[in-house]
Amino acid sequence: MTRISETARKPFALVRKKRFNLKQGFFLSLIRTFGFAGALTLFVILFFVAYNGIHVISWDFISRPPIEAMTKGGIFPVIVGTVLLTALCMIAVIPIGVTTAVFLAEYSKPGMLLDTVMMSIYTLAGVPSVVFGLFGLGVFVVMFNFGMSLLAGSLTLAIMVLPYIISTSEEALKAVPYSFREASLACGATKWQTIKKVVLPTAMPGILTGAILGTAKVSGETAPIMFTAAAFFTPGVPRSFFEPVMALPYHIYVLATAGTHIEETRGIQYGTALTLIVLVLGMNLLGIILRSRQRKKKTW
Amino acid sequence: MVDDGNIFEIKDFSIYYGDFMAVKNVRIDVRAGRITAIIGPSGCGKSTLLRSLNRMNDLIISSRVEGQVLFQGVDIYHRDTDVIELRRRVGMVFQKPNPFPSSVYENVAYGPKIRGIRKKSQLDEIVENALVRADLWKEVKDKLNESGLSLSGGQMQRLCIARSLAQEPEVLLFDEPTSALDPISTANIENLLQELQKTVTIIIVTHNMQQAARISNYTAFMYLGEMIEFGDTDTIFVNPYNKLTEEYITGRFG
Repeated sequence: MTRISETARKPFALVRKKRFNLKQGFFLSLIRTFGFAGALTLFVILFFVAYNGIHVISWDFISRPPIEAMTKGGIFPVIVGTVLLTALCMIAVIPIGVTTAVFLAEYSKPGMLLDTVMMSIYTLAGVPSVVFGLFGLGVFVVMFNFGMSLLAGSLTLAIMVLPYIISTSEEALKAVPYSFREASLACGATKWQTIKKVVLPTAMPGILTGAILGTAKVSGETAPIMFTAAAFFTPGVPRSFFEPVMALPYHIYVLATAGTHIEETRGIQYGTALTLIVLVLGMNLLGIILRSRQRKKKTW
Repeated sequence: MVDDGNIFEIKDFSIYYGDFMAVKNVRIDVRAGRITAIIGPSGCGKSTLLRSLNRMNDLIISSRVEGQVLFQGVDIYHRDTDVIELRRRVGMVFQKPNPFPSSVYENVAYGPKIRGIRKKSQLDEIVENALVRADLWKEVKDKLNESGLSLSGGQMQRLCIARSLAQEPEVLLFDEPTSALDPISTANIENLLQELQKTVTIIIVTHNMQQAARISNYTAFMYLGEMIEFGDTDTIFVNPYNKLTEEYITGRFG
């Protein structure tokens, strides 16, 4: 293969001559270094956390509750708390987010209303997470009287991730070819039937990918659940929506700053961090695999 | 079904996109049970006119119409017109085959299903019937559950025709249905159209003058939004009345 292409290229007069361009070489290596540094950062963090945390990871660690003032034992209720928080958050946010996206992508007409809605969504996406935490405290915990609870925490997370779900869903809807809508309408379908039977099912893999990546985002958040859901310690898993829960990011924070045995629990801290990272990376990976699979499947 | 009445009467009909007048005071009658071809150079308004016959043009926000289109004597632009029912009775097949990303069966059953037909046996019958009429049954009867997008281009287009036929339409509008297909698939579709003509009125927009000459009974020639000439296909192609028509069909412009 190589030999053929080399002989084919030889007589060609425009073959690039090898020469050293200092400026170009310099910038090229600079760009390479920075690009590499980005990837390297991830691996350094991963290695660091894994190196310090791997020795505490065991089946007991992830299947048992903490004991002896959280200096020993596992993190089972903590994992359950994070899973419940994110699951409930998604149950709350997906219907609202997808409905909003359907409105934006299918029904809205350019004008004041659309501009206002879009502007609000962009702004919402830029609000710092601790502000969502305070909002959740004020509205869900105090005003609605949910207390520090699973419900208040998931709703707060839902509001925080809402703009992300809206924009990924809207993109998925907009990627559905116009010709599908045209075909459906020409069959005598109404606009709503077209959306329900053709547009949404076609966009569903994209919407789900967005939801999975959103879940990954949400599960690592500390500030929004700090005042709304997260408990310093609970003896077991919650039995109702109105009980506080332990959660991975908050557990790390508590052990590392607020405990009385900070040094003793280093291992557990890193172990918990490692669990969280694996969880988040796993979900991201799932989202990425789903996305690339649906891109390959897409033949229109 | 075949009678010599007019199924469409288009009276002083104009279509605007914003300020641009895309179709200008068109006046033609479309005979039931025949194939009517609309020809003309790109941008002459022929697709726009076609799409206005089942009100697919409504989807373009800036469009508006003047004049009347009567479908079996009923003004389809009257505000009491049921557009959904109109589109069921006047089906449409597009330039690029556009099956839904679902199975062959689901594609054809789509229209009947949204109209509330649930019984499996009834749907099976409709699907088979439509696929037979679209001359696709033999090729797909063993892969009804495979994706409609796995078919070849010509098969996809016949699937789209079957999807329309499943609604038992009285008219089928074809918007350059073969321009994305190879010559053999094109010939298949042309044969199919002549077969379908026995049961359905066909209006076809085409770039291909030979195609119009081969399959249509009537031909309309449009230029810059105006209906220049309309009549028997034989007359239009052999002995056109208008100088522009003659120049177009002899290939001097367009």
